[in-house]
Amino acid sequence: MSDWIRPRHLPEALELLAAAPRPYRVISGGTDLMVESHLAPERRPESWLDISGLQELQGLQITEDGIRIGAATSLEAIRRHAEVVAHWPMLAASAAVTGAPPIQNRATLGGNVCNASPAADNAPVLLAYGARLEIAHHHGSRWLPYGDFHQGYRKTALQAGELLSALWIPYPPKHSRGYFRKVGTRAAQAIAKVSIAALIEEDSDGIIRSARFGMASVAATPCTLPSVSHYLLGRALRDISETDVRHGVRQDIAPIQDIRSTAEYRLEIASRLVLEAIHRRSKSKKED
Amino acid sequence: MTTMRINGRAFQSSSAPNTRLLDVLRNECDLKGAKEACGEGECGACAVLVNGKLVNSCLVPLGQMEQAEITTVEGLPEDSALARAFVHCGATQCGICTPGMMLAATALLAEHANPTLEEIRWGLSGNLCRCTGYGRIYAAIAQAAGGVC
Amino acid sequence: MSLTLMKQRPDQQAATPSRVDGVAKVRGVALYVDDLPCADVIYGATVRTTEAGGTLQEVAFDPAIDWSEFVVVTARDIPGRNAVKLLEDDQVVLVDHAFRHAGEAVVLLAHADQEKLRKALKGVSLVELPNPSPIFDIDAALAAQQEIIPGNIYTDYLLDRGNVAEGEHLAGVVIEERFLTPSQEQLYIEPQGMLAHLQKDGSILVEGSMQCPYYVLDALVQCLGMDKDHLRVVQSTTGGAFGGKEDYPSVIACHAALLALKAGGRPVKLVYERGEDLRVTPKRHPSRTLIRLGANKAGELQFIDMDFAIDGGAYRTLSPVVLSRGVIHAPGPYKCPHIRVRGRAVATNHPPFGAFRGFGAPQSIFAMEVAMDRLAGKLAMDPAELRRINLLRTGDVNPTGDVMGADCFAHAALDAALEHTHYYHRLAEYRAWNAAGHQTRKGIGLATFAHGAGFTGNGELYLASRVSLQALANGHVEILCSNTEMGQGAATTLVQIAADALGLPMDCVHLAQADTSRVPNSGPTVASRTCMVVGDLIQKAAGQLLQRLREMAALAASHDAQSFAAACARLCAAAGDTLVTAQYQPPADMRWDEQAFLGRAYASYAWAAYIAEVEVDVLTLATRVLDFTAVQEIGNAVHPVIVQGQIEGGVAQGIGYALYEDVLWNERGVMANDRLTNYIIPTSADLGFIHVVLLEGGLGAGPKGAKGVGELPMDGPAPAIVNAIQQALDIDIRQIPVRPEMLLELTVSGGN
Repeated sequence: MSDWIRPRHLPEALELLAAAPRPYRVISGGTDLMVESHLAPERRPESWLDISGLQELQGLQITEDGIRIGAATSLEAIRRHAEVVAHWPMLAASAAVTGAPPIQNRATLGGNVCNASPAADNAPVLLAYGARLEIAHHHGSRWLPYGDFHQGYRKTALQAGELLSALWIPYPPKHSRGYFRKVGTRAAQAIAKVSIAALIEEDSDGIIRSARFGMASVAATPCTLPSVSHYLLGRALRDISETDVRHGVRQDIAPIQDIRSTAEYRLEIASRLVLEAIHRRSKSKKED
Repeated sequence: MTTMRINGRAFQSSSAPNTRLLDVLRNECDLKGAKEACGEGECGACAVLVNGKLVNSCLVPLGQMEQAEITTVEGLPEDSALARAFVHCGATQCGICTPGMMLAATALLAEHANPTLEEIRWGLSGNLCRCTGYGRIYAAIAQAAGGVC
Repeated sequence: MSLTLMKQRPDQQAATPSRVDGVAKVRGVALYVDDLPCADVIYGATVRTTEAGGTLQEVAFDPAIDWSEFVVVTARDIPGRNAVKLLEDDQVVLVDHAFRHAGEAVVLLAHADQEKLRKALKGVSLVELPNPSPIFDIDAALAAQQEIIPGNIYTDYLLDRGNVAEGEHLAGVVIEERFLTPSQEQLYIEPQGMLAHLQKDGSILVEGSMQCPYYVLDALVQCLGMDKDHLRVVQSTTGGAFGGKEDYPSVIACHAALLALKAGGRPVKLVYERGEDLRVTPKRHPSRTLIRLGANKAGELQFIDMDFAIDGGAYRTLSPVVLSRGVIHAPGPYKCPHIRVRGRAVATNHPPFGAFRGFGAPQSIFAMEVAMDRLAGKLAMDPAELRRINLLRTGDVNPTGDVMGADCFAHAALDAALEHTHYYHRLAEYRAWNAAGHQTRKGIGLATFAHGAGFTGNGELYLASRVSLQALANGHVEILCSNTEMGQGAATTLVQIAADALGLPMDCVHLAQADTSRVPNSGPTVASRTCMVVGDLIQKAAGQLLQRLREMAALAASHDAQSFAAACARLCAAAGDTLVTAQYQPPADMRWDEQAFLGRAYASYAWAAYIAEVEVDVLTLATRVLDFTAVQEIGNAVHPVIVQGQIEGGVAQGIGYALYEDVLWNERGVMANDRLTNYIIPTSADLGFIHVVLLEGGLGAGPKGAKGVGELPMDGPAPAIVNAIQQALDIDIRQIPVRPEMLLELTVSGGN
């Protein structure tokens, strides 16, 4: 029989994490962990830390420069939150294509991030929006750019005794436009074959001031596109060469063949999506 | 010990907290309406309402159900517009997805009393049906909402 | 989602009663096998081979486990024959020495504690000497460098009409193609399972999810060496089947029964979890078709030459019958003087393939219908026009040499489909759209086909189906037959037919549970035969019952429910026989030579024309079905809503077959994508409108001219969708599923 602890307050949870002789499996919505536990029972954790009752990890608060989203906030709550829909529409879109309604009613943003699948549905958007993570420890909290969180295949920057407590997302820059598209195996309940989120800021002359990208399912972790972002910086739209963009994409991603798709498809579609993100002048889409 | 309310009645389970709600319902409450069809939250055949929200009970741990209000298909009104529409419109064939679909439809109608086809398709997108091709199910929901089958 | 009855009927209002099983299902109280109450139950589990064929050297049991707690069954425990009763006795119930595929059952375990059982499964290790070069491909099997059976051929059929060489002389335009179709998983939402219980009197009761209780009974007789009187098979509510529960339930039933024999009277529940079900139960036969079509310049077919091969997997099971149907349907509903279809079912080291809605026809019809579009392209002719020139009419001779009578509606179906979809208008509209540089490309594609209902040729004669009606003292009547409700509406349709024939309201008629101790063998629930063949038998039995009540219980020539009830009461009071039985009689003109594929292959053909409209995203190459129109002539729609549901559901499965569903194989020849996450069927968000149009010519072999419709909808969607995509992108496609990855390759490489 395994241990199941359900603390009521964050400090209590952090104490437990710090003191634990063996690591706890942290569970919030359970939509990933309960599947794992059922399909691979020999790897069932001995001790569970249930953080679904921690109020400090719930809810969304608008701040001066953006929004703070508690790590254990459900995707459903995020998807329908008026401020998210108004100012971070790509996040509302990615939450809405994660699984399907019964999954979104339970799954949490923090869970999606910490499960660290390379195909994580909300990761590209968080990367594109430049999210920051608030990581709590019983000695205090630290902040980490989300771009530094994924260190390797399913390996995150969370240290022993640490808990992701919130995600902070700044307001997108004034003259920026977002683009989000998930290419899945079908229209709902689908794992992404390729996913992209982009936030591109242009000045009044059509020169790109900043371009942030996030992609899923094209590398061992969700990833940004540093070469492409660098290439686009300071460039006018009319001076962007498709060849150069494609070259940058090839440098920045490492797609593989797996049960869902091929490396060739992922590479080609990733390139096309990046080009579409750059040239498209419309709001975010949640496709496929 | 976990105390919940299932279909309006108090219920206590002493099973381990990581026990799936699906197993508690089927094995301890003798409520067989929720079905195990995939074991991984893909098909919705195990769907129930927890605090009014549609969830896959195969993914819900008992340890999070303290004071929860759970509704299974057995807890829905026996003779409702929805139930009649499902039967009349041919929305149930083999019936294995029907309990989950009834609950998905209930959750949908609670939020959208007069759902568009788009909203219906979205609301059911987590419930797989292999028999109907979904058409008769959309029709049943539309009828229950006051339209025509 | 519209339904148009082209022939308005006066009794239409009465023709859509509620399903008899509907209320229990919406209340969630219908009992499937996993729901059956069973006190003191123990759970079964199966240890299986891991190699793709070879010999079993040793079975070792971990000494750290106390095996005395478990029920353990091996091949040595089989009291009867270690062979699954099917067309041939080549498949073992439990592996003893030689085996042919990964996932074959070797050891059965049972225990009351599922956790202990799970651990014990790991405690049984098999030492297998593997077959060094397993075969997983049809053409590799035919090359026969390794042999599983002689030549690796289970069955070799030839349908040969006229002289193809002569046809080649007359054909000005010829196309040649090679097509592949994959395996497809039935994906019934209820996994397979059985509950077996040794009774106090030594008999065995087996309940479970199944299509054919008598198949299961016969398999138990053979495996347990017990006679029918000591065996009882009962069908529980079955959550979908589609053919996937035609033969495999016999295997699970034998396993559960073998465990039950050693379980000291405790019931044994053997229900598969989804992954196991996906890996080991039979799926649709993969196919490879080589096809050449030749036409004259006017577009008239001069020859059809096909080499059609299906992968039967490791044991014969149903492959000969699947092949037969595939061969008969291959040349389509066309007139053509010279036809040769060579069909072969081959042995490979995959788990055996089996029945799935359509049963060989979707595979061969796919090849023929895409080939027809290819031919149309080469003739620079509209695909619909090519069909019109060649579709059979009354008086024409069909590919099996049968002269078409009045029941020939191929043209009517095509005309209705073209009209309903505004086909030519759409064609022009999509052409303009595609030229305008949008983000998508659109196409409209069609398939015309016919599907034979009932068993092929003499099959029904061999089945010798019997149906009984039992009159009760209160005037109610029970239908006793072995046909099963599995979602397709059989329970409702058969009750409707009986009630109609007896002149009673439906709630006075009940379909008895399919329990072999109570019901006669009316044949399996397969081959789209239930409404047509069994329904017809019910009508006959109803006639016999009315006659008996008139002769022996003073029932008036015209009666109502009350007077009927009074007559039943009188008959019971006089200790009269209240049971009538009708036996199948073949139609007088059913002549079929099964060696030569000559004559009337089926009691009735249903005629269809399906049209798919698709939109392909230029960036992702994902295809969406915008609109789908399914037109079929089905004789008589006994219950239009049930028929509509069957067509819509079948089309949805066909769309899955065309675009989403693929069985991927691991290096041992077993399904690698053995999770619902990775075997993709359409969700509600993926399917657009499916329009169903029914034509009723009233000339089918069933009640009031009904024909079987259950499998027909599986034949049309894949070729119609492929034809539409080909038009949208101006490329040639040669296999399904049409995944975006394939379209990327085809469009980047230039299409051909």
